Amino acid sequence: MKNLGEMLLQREAFSEIVMGNTAIVRAMIEAGTRVVTSYPGSPTPEIASAIAAIKKEDRPFYFEFSTNEKVATEVAYGAAVNGHLSTVFFKSVGLNVASDTFVQLNLMNLIGGMVVVLGDDPGANSSQNEQDNRHFARMSYTPIFEPANPTEVYHFYKAAAALAQQLHIPVILRLTTHVCHAKEKVAFAAWQPAVFDKTPRFDVKNGPYMPLTSLVFPMKRRALQNLGQLASMSEKIGQHQRVDNQNRQKGIITFGLPYLSLLDVLEESGGKPDIFKLGMIYPLPIDMLAEFLRSHEEVLVLEELDDLIEGEIKRIAFERQIKVKIHGKTDVESWVGEYTADKVSGILRNLWPEMAAAAPASPAAPLQVPARPAQMCPGCGHRSAFHAIKQALAPVDIKVADIGCHTLGFMPPYNMGEMLMCMGASTGIAAGLSLFNDSRRVVCFLGDSTFFHAGIPGIINALFNRHNITLIVMENGTTAMTGHQDHAATGRNFNDLTERIPVRSVLEGLGIKHIFEVDTYQQQKLTDAVKEAVAVEGFAVVIAKHPCMLKLMREQRRKDSFQAKMVSIDKKTCNHQHTCVSSFACPTFVMNPDGSVDVNPDLCIGDGSCLQTCPSKAINRPQNREGGKE
Amino acid sequence: MSVFNVYLSGVGGQGIGLISEVMQRSVDHAGIKALGVDTHGLAQRGGIVASQLRIGDSIHSPMVSRGKADLVVALERHEAVRAAGEYLKKNGTLVYYNTSWQPLPVRMNKAEEIQTAQVAKFCQSNGFRLIEVYQSDLPDPRMQNMALLAAICRNHLLAGVRKEHYIAAMRDLMSGKMLEANLGLFERLLLA
Repeated sequence: MKNLGEMLLQREAFSEIVMGNTAIVRAMIEAGTRVVTSYPGSPTPEIASAIAAIKKEDRPFYFEFSTNEKVATEVAYGAAVNGHLSTVFFKSVGLNVASDTFVQLNLMNLIGGMVVVLGDDPGANSSQNEQDNRHFARMSYTPIFEPANPTEVYHFYKAAAALAQQLHIPVILRLTTHVCHAKEKVAFAAWQPAVFDKTPRFDVKNGPYMPLTSLVFPMKRRALQNLGQLASMSEKIGQHQRVDNQNRQKGIITFGLPYLSLLDVLEESGGKPDIFKLGMIYPLPIDMLAEFLRSHEEVLVLEELDDLIEGEIKRIAFERQIKVKIHGKTDVESWVGEYTADKVSGILRNLWPEMAAAAPASPAAPLQVPARPAQMCPGCGHRSAFHAIKQALAPVDIKVADIGCHTLGFMPPYNMGEMLMCMGASTGIAAGLSLFNDSRRVVCFLGDSTFFHAGIPGIINALFNRHNITLIVMENGTTAMTGHQDHAATGRNFNDLTERIPVRSVLEGLGIKHIFEVDTYQQQKLTDAVKEAVAVEGFAVVIAKHPCMLKLMREQRRKDSFQAKMVSIDKKTCNHQHTCVSSFACPTFVMNPDGSVDVNPDLCIGDGSCLQTCPSKAINRPQNREGGKE
Repeated sequence: MSVFNVYLSGVGGQGIGLISEVMQRSVDHAGIKALGVDTHGLAQRGGIVASQLRIGDSIHSPMVSRGKADLVVALERHEAVRAAGEYLKKNGTLVYYNTSWQPLPVRMNKAEEIQTAQVAKFCQSNGFRLIEVYQSDLPDPRMQNMALLAAICRNHLLAGVRKEHYIAAMRDLMSGKMLEANLGLFERLLLA
């Protein structure tokens, strides 16, 4: 088996099939990055998986998962002003959390340099929106590089790091979901470990680092001057690519993954526009683009999500009085979703039909397939929790969801969650919903990693302002959705064992008087606890805990002593009430056409949490499977 | 060679990531260019997971367009029909492992489960070649992906990719008991 960790540290040049999220780690190593921080969020957590593959003692840089994206940004900033090249990475909406710190970065003289890696999510594959973080770059005068594939991720990170070190600034590397997860063979350069000077180089003389009153203005001027300098450097350092097809009529300006979609469409259509592919997408290489505009009659700006570059291109044409027809966004749909080859082909079909690929024929006889929404895993403690909590609440009660695997409770048959905003927002929203409200009780959910990430201020507010709500902390002992990262209550950080900070201790320390703690597999007890909690006049918290069973089972299976189990249905006793399969709805249960129920051996983990849900007691206790391992 | 598109689909937890990576590396071992991309994140929790694999010289994006897959590989019956209906081109091949993980609407009695015979009829009426895989004696349901891989190799579904390329790819990605078990199964099924 190829060892990823050893491969990433290889001294000689090599080629390997890797995803974008792996290629970036080799780039960090080659660039001499010293401090890397993050908070897990799709599409970026596999960057940390690649880092974890390198033995701790061999890692050429320090890495941590911080409690949230803002703290992660601050840790990376602190390292950068001490002279270390640093990097922070997180998902698209993570920048909203980090923004209070992030927007200030470019006012500071980052003597070590800093790369901010953003995992944007066009298509909202794993996020609550598809926000275009290029807006943040404009607001904070921060340059952006945008790669299209893993090879460019590797090269552009190194370019971004070199620029950050040269100008002592933050530089954004904007990745998108299918660039993070694309896999291709990347040719990596040789690497010679450097000897680092550990001397803390922080010095106020490099500042000012106090953006207060009149000091703000020189700092802002410097940031703007940097931006101007970057625009003029862009031609040389911007990693731009021109595809010259000698077409003096039609040109296309694009960047990132949509560029590859365009090339795929053109392979099929035989269209030959000239193409200007941007590498550094902010600030723009104005002279180069003006020349491109001048040399074409029509130019299409092919831009995923918002129309930032289109606006700038139009400004260039206007200011330089260039006679060229500029095409860009046409309707709402051109602002929505990923620019896949299908989408790009559709855009071209409307504008320049000769460049569009043939539309695929749809199957003559489609067969309706039932939808398959994401589900909580077999044995998931959240399923037991939602099943039990539902019994304690009235249909009119308002249920506020939060971010995590437990968000899935909003779906039928549980319907435990009627609104969702962002990390840690549930408690504050619930407080607002409780005002002037005497008839509908308000319950909100919060995961344990989210509790530490952004949940605590809302909780303190509920307590401080005496809001009459019930918070249910869905404690599964990990950051499950993003791949089981540790958090402050697990007793481990990314690198070492550490002191646990139990959720309950924090709540008790705040002086919360009504705390109920129940393992979710004890469903009746949990129902009773929630009934009691919502009856409390004031703020009450229920800790509904059960370890993540996906994680637990993976750990169990690795043990030699592991014995696989599964439940079965006593067909004589089962009277087809279907609570297990339709209300508790563990994916393990199979609904047969004759109304009888079976257990899917592919799925059952033998946890037995379903036994208590059967009104006729027809589920047999988990039995050992033949052969031991399932 | 000309472009060859593969769309892989299954349910979160079925091991689609491994089979897609083995396939991409097999193609690479055969000296042919390949691009791939997998689903990560939210959908992995019991939802639909897809991987995409593009093979050939004139490929750019790793993503397969609708109706343009030459081969659909599915780890589950419902997802076989869903993926083939959306992605498979006429005269393309559907190879799927015939197990059913009932989607929620079926378990809630709001929709009917897709039956094996329906898949055959669906393929016939759309001009798809169908290869159904099922192995009653798998030691572990998480090895269904290897049964599919063996079927892909046995039926020469990836042109120019031979047994030794698949085995080299498996050796890249697995070791110890896991490699032994999967390799053993793969070779046994090739002889079957």
